[in-house]
Amino acid sequence: MPKKVVYSANIEHMQILDEDGTLDTKLAKGTLTDEQVVYLYEQITTCRQFDEIAFKLQRSGRMGTYPQNKGQEANAVGAGLALRKGHDWIVPCYRENAALFMHGLPMHYILLHWMGDERGNQIPEQCNQTPIAIPIGTHMLHAAGIAWACKLRGEDRVVATFFGDGATSEGDFHAAMNFASVMQAPVVFYCQNNQWAISTPREVQMNSETVAQKALAYGMPTIQIDGNDIFATYKATRDAAGLARKGGGPTFIEAVTYRLGDHTTADDARRYRDQGEVDAWQSKDPLIRIRKYMENKGLWSDKQQTELEERAVRIVDEVAKTALEIEKPVPADFFNDMYAELPTDLLRQRETMRTTSIGIDPEQAGLRSQPQQA
Amino acid sequence: MPQLTLVQAINTTLALEMAHDDRVILLGEDVGINGGVFRVTEGLQEKFGDDRVVDTPLDESGIMGSAIGLAIGGMRPIPEIQFEGFLGPAYDQLVNHAARMRTRTRGAITVPLTVRVPVGGGIHAPELHSDSPEAIYAHTPGLKVVMPCTPYDAKGLLLSAIRDPDPVIYFEPKRVYRSFREEVPDEDYTIPLGQAKVVSEGDDITVVTWGAPVFQCLGALDNLPEDVSVELIDLRTIYPLDIETIVESVKKTGRCVVVHEAPKTAGMGAEISALIQEHCFLHLEAPVQRCAGFDTIMPYYKLELDYLPETPRIQKSIEECLAY
Repeated sequence: MPKKVVYSANIEHMQILDEDGTLDTKLAKGTLTDEQVVYLYEQITTCRQFDEIAFKLQRSGRMGTYPQNKGQEANAVGAGLALRKGHDWIVPCYRENAALFMHGLPMHYILLHWMGDERGNQIPEQCNQTPIAIPIGTHMLHAAGIAWACKLRGEDRVVATFFGDGATSEGDFHAAMNFASVMQAPVVFYCQNNQWAISTPREVQMNSETVAQKALAYGMPTIQIDGNDIFATYKATRDAAGLARKGGGPTFIEAVTYRLGDHTTADDARRYRDQGEVDAWQSKDPLIRIRKYMENKGLWSDKQQTELEERAVRIVDEVAKTALEIEKPVPADFFNDMYAELPTDLLRQRETMRTTSIGIDPEQAGLRSQPQQA
Repeated sequence: MPQLTLVQAINTTLALEMAHDDRVILLGEDVGINGGVFRVTEGLQEKFGDDRVVDTPLDESGIMGSAIGLAIGGMRPIPEIQFEGFLGPAYDQLVNHAARMRTRTRGAITVPLTVRVPVGGGIHAPELHSDSPEAIYAHTPGLKVVMPCTPYDAKGLLLSAIRDPDPVIYFEPKRVYRSFREEVPDEDYTIPLGQAKVVSEGDDITVVTWGAPVFQCLGALDNLPEDVSVELIDLRTIYPLDIETIVESVKKTGRCVVVHEAPKTAGMGAEISALIQEHCFLHLEAPVQRCAGFDTIMPYYKLELDYLPETPRIQKSIEECLAY
């Protein structure tokens, strides 16, 4: 009996706005309005300025390690616009700042997080977001669970989760993909394939031609897109969210992009990658192509550019000022939210943290009688 | 009032709370049509549907991680991990995510889940089906750790665990699952987490234990001379630890033996001993004894009773502590 093909698939790549600023008008139909293009350009510019200031804060010793988003912002803004603010969920990694801001997270929260202050994770009630996820590849399961809860509760919400190419090597990535697919949970799995997991390039990370094909194993719709193209990032996310909302379950998006900066401020990418490669990707920067597109359409002038840059500086300076001026948290804070109600011994530890090494009964320890003896 | 085994008490309590709160869902491997490998969830899928009693893919990390998401999304998930030995793959989600979420978000996001885990040895089970890892989780800030050993307590503690706003590990001692029945009221009642129970009152020595060894200790008490008066404490909750009950008892007796199945080094016995010397130093008549599992891996079942703190070894520990 001849063997037969029981499964076959293709992975599509979608690009709508190329690096010269030329638009595929057919694919672009019904996607971004001129106004939205300008809005996303402004968001990326502000986020890029935020990166610059964050970098300076770290270099001047006023902030800890920080991972720059530079070069990848088309993903956060496109996806951020496709999701409904205050309604859909965002379960991020740490290179989606713009999406978090667009969905209402106060910008200084991200600085607070990297300044070693948990208040940066204290997500305001109106924001459906989880905080920055430091461990790689474990938070997508939370997205699967949140989406599953939304489905069970009959809520019309979609959960978008972001992660990098390296994260797709983690076991929990596969668990999340499998659970979301089996439960037909409304998740958008958004992989920012930025080519590098710290110093490990994509081809060392995996032996598959694409990241997108990993979704095939989970019976999930999947697409590869140009991650530096706001039309593609918006359309892919909007379509995936639309499918999820209709009960179509999760979708996988591999967004091909590039980390123009170092992994974090603690990293020096010159140790492991060629400048030639970085230069080649510089020309694919989303800001360059959007500006070309806007200028070609008469949507943008040098004057507007200058005004935007000045505005971005003002906004981010104000944000940095807010983060720098916030009063230092008190030590009791790291006790107070351990549990809804603190166990007795934890209360005792909090009360005695500065007074006695034994932390139980000062009288029994002889401490209370010492002043009289002296 | 019905006479129930531990398994039945947990089963009926899950049904009670599922009927009372539609946010409660059960998820895990084989918990649905099969009713779980120990039949703890038997009949619940039929009663509440496969949306609320969910057979998941075979992946403990997936179960725990998605349960965290369910909790964040407004549900009250009760994941089951089939045996304590399989908590390993779920460890990262439990410890690095469930336990930390409330405090790292300064209260903005919480994870109210109760993970049910059969625990301990003594039932001739295969490898990695007989361990006692409670100290690992008691050492994890942000978790609560419960281990009832009677049907009555199992119900009251399970209701408290499910209604607790923080993540709770609810360990179920397998050896006790069907070992006896007792009266369990039909009505709703809770036993607060963090409250130990004085099983028998006494003046000469305190024995602190939890889980299945409570019954081995009772056996040892039966074998002691009539004039020896032992205060037996069942912790019921491992964290938060009921220090007051232990301290009050040891101040009275001056002697203490801690009995547990888990390995001795850095087990809960070590913590309890340290607390006793902090709080009762001047009351002690003898060093605190630990009658525990050994710092070996849990042997396969042919030798498991040589590893576990069985009645003769507990009796000897008590006698030695009394003779000191």
